[in-house]
Amino acid sequence: MGPGRGSRGVNEHSVWEVFRKEKRGAAFEHAGSVVAPDADFAEAWAREQYGRRGESVALWLVPRDAIRDVEDWADEFDLKYRRVDGYSIKTRLKEARERAGTAGPG
Amino acid sequence: MNEQALLGLADDELVLGWRDSEWTGIAPMLEEDVAFSSIAQNEIGHARAVYSLLSDDPDALAFDRKLEDYRCAPLVELHLLEWAHTIARRWLYEVADEIRITALKDDSDSAVAGLAAKIDREEAYHRMHAEMWHDRLREEPRFRKAVEELWPYALGVLPAELRGELVTRVGLGEVEAVARGTHSDELGPLWEEMTMVRRSAPAGAEW
Amino acid sequence: MAAVEIPRDEQAFLEYVQSGGQVETTDWMPEDYRKKLIKFIEMHGNSELMGVLPEREWILRAPTLQRKLALTAKVQDEVGHAQLIYRVVEDLGKPREQCLADLVDGKAKFHNVFHYPTKTWGDVGVIAWLVDAAAIISQKALLKCSYAPYARIMKKICWEESFHILHGRDVILAMVTGTPEQFQLVQEALDRWWDPLMQFHGNPIPSEEDPMYLWRIKSQGNEEARQQFLDGYVPQIRELGLTVPDPKLRKRDAGVWEYTEPDWDELKHVVTGHGPKTEERLAFRRRFLEQERWVRDAVLAA
Repeated sequence: MGPGRGSRGVNEHSVWEVFRKEKRGAAFEHAGSVVAPDADFAEAWAREQYGRRGESVALWLVPRDAIRDVEDWADEFDLKYRRVDGYSIKTRLKEARERAGTAGPG
Repeated sequence: MNEQALLGLADDELVLGWRDSEWTGIAPMLEEDVAFSSIAQNEIGHARAVYSLLSDDPDALAFDRKLEDYRCAPLVELHLLEWAHTIARRWLYEVADEIRITALKDDSDSAVAGLAAKIDREEAYHRMHAEMWHDRLREEPRFRKAVEELWPYALGVLPAELRGELVTRVGLGEVEAVARGTHSDELGPLWEEMTMVRRSAPAGAEW
Repeated sequence: MAAVEIPRDEQAFLEYVQSGGQVETTDWMPEDYRKKLIKFIEMHGNSELMGVLPEREWILRAPTLQRKLALTAKVQDEVGHAQLIYRVVEDLGKPREQCLADLVDGKAKFHNVFHYPTKTWGDVGVIAWLVDAAAIISQKALLKCSYAPYARIMKKICWEESFHILHGRDVILAMVTGTPEQFQLVQEALDRWWDPLMQFHGNPIPSEEDPMYLWRIKSQGNEEARQQFLDGYVPQIRELGLTVPDPKLRKRDAGVWEYTEPDWDELKHVVTGHGPKTEERLAFRRRFLEQERWVRDAVLAA
């Protein structure tokens, strides 16, 4: 779960969220945050906090204020038609096999 | 290979790395503490690499000489446990060191030139860091005063023929340098503390 | 599928965390949970920061370049851990400046081991090997903390700690295979650090009575942690020819370690700010906090 507006109102304007890419081909993942006055300080400090042991090949730094939090969805109607758990084929498959006189695929 | 010059470089990095590591745990903010500690480690690493060019036993070269045989510049010896001066020194040293390293990258000895290139690449981050602080503090009276106080010492990091370049980059008038060759009073106590554990066992003891 | 919503009721919340539920920063949480969380996590941050001071002296005295580099890196990690930890506390509502002010004013606690002096290079090895080992046992248990942001930073912390113990053991091994004087440095350090180590995990509290356990902030009891430490490290200590300075220490047939009851009064006395080095270290930290206030004002002001 991402960082979101993850605070109770302290230092929000100077918190930079840090995303790191562990290796080529991997997605950026949220790694943590640093408190810094601007992008240059955020970079200098995030480099050390999240990369001094060679644990990251890349970082994204984003001011916390720039992040839009999205956390709720409406789930009022039956939407199973568009999900895997909305399909149960056992009964019909059994019937089709009986009709065709086959035991299974093949 | 100019051994004296290389020893000067190595001793500067060793002693400055030692001084910079004094900030571990007490830097103005935690993020900076971590960053500053990396710089200190890099400096010690550079010292070790240069000592290794000069000797099979870099530790012996680093720790077992007599005080008068160290070739560090007085700038790095100063005990500056106060941030304005510490950062002023970092910035001045990086500017001077860049001039020195650039010259070494053209050294006729390929081992020296190669090592200088490696050091230069790592120093890029030190320079970014120093410039960042310089930009932030340039209007702060404490910082400006510290830069002025340390300026003669900064000039002393370089041989006379390279000081003009430093004057241009820093933008202060040339003054009499506190040159390499005579140690400040501060090196003695530093050396005592730096070598006290090592001296407590016979030479050749493993640690 | 509706998103999991934290029930806004203390009893339901308790059941939620006890069945493995995870809590994020902006979720509803009982005020008691939030307060205990802040206090617990803040103490951890304080401990990482105060742990730097005893080790810092020895960075300056390291007898080889390799040891100097390793010790600097180890201590750097501890400062880094403090940063991660205080960020979590800050996002729960207590600013870092307040945590640091409370620390230097003696209003907040930190682990007992960081109130004691370090006297020799032997201490450097013992701390990196055994004190860190004791800490890692607790830290691994925190990977399951119900408060997710804290559990997440524990992953990074545990990963970084892995070289600390190896470094500590390497320092010890170099000395126990060195001169007789070097061996003695280790034994003497062990003699001094054993009692604080045995007190480190705290006095045994039954899990049902430990609010930290009930809220699943901790997932391991104090005694369980101590037993794990003894299991892992007494054999490692003895195989080097070192003596654990507790004549009563032995493992019973049931696999449980018996030992001289630690002085719980001493532990309480120390963590409430009366350790041999408490005042000196807090004063040192206070000095730099005040001295460099102008830097934070100059830099952190937007």
